[in-house]
Amino acid sequence: MQPAHDLLLLLVVLTNFWVLGTTRLSATIRATALQGALLALLPVALYPGLSLHILGLAAGTFAVKAVLLPLLLSRAIREAAVRREIEPVIGFAPSLLLGAAAVALAFSIAPRLPLPELRSQLLVPVSLSTVVIGLLILTTRSKALIQVVGYLILENGIFVFGLSQVERVPFLVEVGVLLDIFVGVFIMGIVVFHINREFDSLDSARLTELRD
Amino acid sequence: MLLLLLVLGPMLAGLLAWLSPRARTRHAVLVGTAAAHTAATAFLWRRPGLTALDGWLAVDALGLMVLSVVSLLFLAVAGYAVGFLRLDRPRGGSLFVSCLLAFLAAATLVALAHHLALVWVGMEATTLALAPLVFHRRDRRSLEAVWKYLVLSSVGIALALLGTFFLASAQVEGRPLVLEDLLQHAGTLQPGLLRGAFLFLLVGYGTKMGLAPLHAWKPDTYGEAPSLVGGLMAGALTSCAFLGLARIVEIMAAAGQASFMRPPLLVLGIVSLVVSAAFIIGQSDFKRLLAYSSVEHMGLLVLALAIGGAGSYGAVLHLINNGLTKGVMFLAIGNLVLFYRTSEAAAIRGVFRRAPWTGVLLLGGLFAVTGSPPFGMFLSELAILSAALRGGFRWLAVLIMVLLAVIFVGMARLILEALHGDPPDGEPAPESFPLLGGPFALAAVVLLLGLYLPLPLRALLAQAARALGGSAP
Repeated sequence: MQPAHDLLLLLVVLTNFWVLGTTRLSATIRATALQGALLALLPVALYPGLSLHILGLAAGTFAVKAVLLPLLLSRAIREAAVRREIEPVIGFAPSLLLGAAAVALAFSIAPRLPLPELRSQLLVPVSLSTVVIGLLILTTRSKALIQVVGYLILENGIFVFGLSQVERVPFLVEVGVLLDIFVGVFIMGIVVFHINREFDSLDSARLTELRD
Repeated sequence: MLLLLLVLGPMLAGLLAWLSPRARTRHAVLVGTAAAHTAATAFLWRRPGLTALDGWLAVDALGLMVLSVVSLLFLAVAGYAVGFLRLDRPRGGSLFVSCLLAFLAAATLVALAHHLALVWVGMEATTLALAPLVFHRRDRRSLEAVWKYLVLSSVGIALALLGTFFLASAQVEGRPLVLEDLLQHAGTLQPGLLRGAFLFLLVGYGTKMGLAPLHAWKPDTYGEAPSLVGGLMAGALTSCAFLGLARIVEIMAAAGQASFMRPPLLVLGIVSLVVSAAFIIGQSDFKRLLAYSSVEHMGLLVLALAIGGAGSYGAVLHLINNGLTKGVMFLAIGNLVLFYRTSEAAAIRGVFRRAPWTGVLLLGGLFAVTGSPPFGMFLSELAILSAALRGGFRWLAVLIMVLLAVIFVGMARLILEALHGDPPDGEPAPESFPLLGGPFALAAVVLLLGLYLPLPLRALLAQAARALGGSAP
């Protein structure tokens, strides 16, 4: 029987692959919302003492990552009227393979980073592979919205790493939530500043006017 | 108390400017805050070792250097902004001044923070504060620029946060992430995690510095942002990012990991110099020219760190010269953009006839930014080169000299062509005191730094160099 936190961490990796493999923007957003909810459960599973600090962290994470940002994202989709499939720079099968390679790499590197007071051996490899998969999505997808999702996943990976330090370093993980402001700004950028109207589509690959 | 005030003051002033309906009030708040900030910074020179918030904020040599550069540059930019906003009215005028002041608060936080998570918070805030200013024209090109700026800098910021987490987990003793405690117990830091922290922080803050190949946002952002915002980015934002990198370099040096740092720093520095030289030759836009010049100087800074020894001294001196010189150049180019309504080099001719004072400024700036005597950058580049020769990096010294010569030729061609020739038809340019006072004052400081380094400055430079694991020459 695996402990609950290991199960949650494995589910985080699975949601990464869901985002990597899906073609519909709405499914992508559902996957990120699910990942946000998993991340909100993680601190409770890792530190079962139910202190106020941990509960607050879990509630805040849930509110921002599982509710607020997904809602903003789906509103951006509605406003920009894009539901169509995503056009990746590299195909879905290769990007799934690259994601698998990232996970393998993360699991091979992790034992070399001995963290003090580690609650779960999976914490570091899951964190690193999520970071790499986030970067992968950010660089290989051309739609501005899915790049935002990639950034969100990158940030979630960093959040998982920070969870190892929750009790040693106060406020460190909470600081990371500031990154969510960026995501908010991005989405605001899409909704308010109408990237779609200026560029006819939400395709950041068409942002190519500035060059040398 | 004073330290807290230095951070919170500009923030409150920004709020005040946002609420005030009249442009004149906003300008008065901007210039007044900038002047008060500079006065307070000057006071800190006489009171080293001030701390606040349980040691989370403190004044040390390196931070004071960055703070002084930021403060002086901001004062010049604030004065310039008054003249600029008279001739060019960006939409959302009240937001413009507030964003500038918010940036000042965030940059001050980076310079004073001795808690590495706080450094990171400050860096994120600088990024966010300047984003609306890049987008001030609200057209397709500036939208593209602000998108690239936000995406790339926030990935950099995210990786820097991961590096900060690594550093926290490498630490066994002392208060977490407080610089003094990290340095004191540097020997007990877990080496694997410390190296990981260094790499992530190098990539993260290196993106904010604009080191090639992480510089993709820089030419577009500098090209589209108003020149005074570009000047703040190239002079102050990059200095703050360098400080973030310098903090981890201090810790690595104290932990005896200097040899691990060298190869990545050398690679990023050399690539930055080569890329900037390649794009400066054949550049056709003045603002983009300055962006690549900024990539060049950031490259020199990390090369100086890699060389170590007296190179660290050269790095800190170069940081000061670069910050102030960038102010001169961006504000001079800003005048050209105001007068000619373009930054394309081909359309700007006859500056000496149409705007003689700006022409003088531009000519002086050209020599200053390319490291010619008698300007300050000549001394700092000389310090870096001689440290390279003495430290056994003869090939590197030769390479740097060749690339600097190429860059000089590229910049001189573009700027000299613009200075001479016949101006296109039009009124004589409305050169006014606010548009000239700031950049001329900065140019005077850069000139003085090339002629004479006062004793207190030299003492602080040596102190900063020792903190970076180097020495005074």
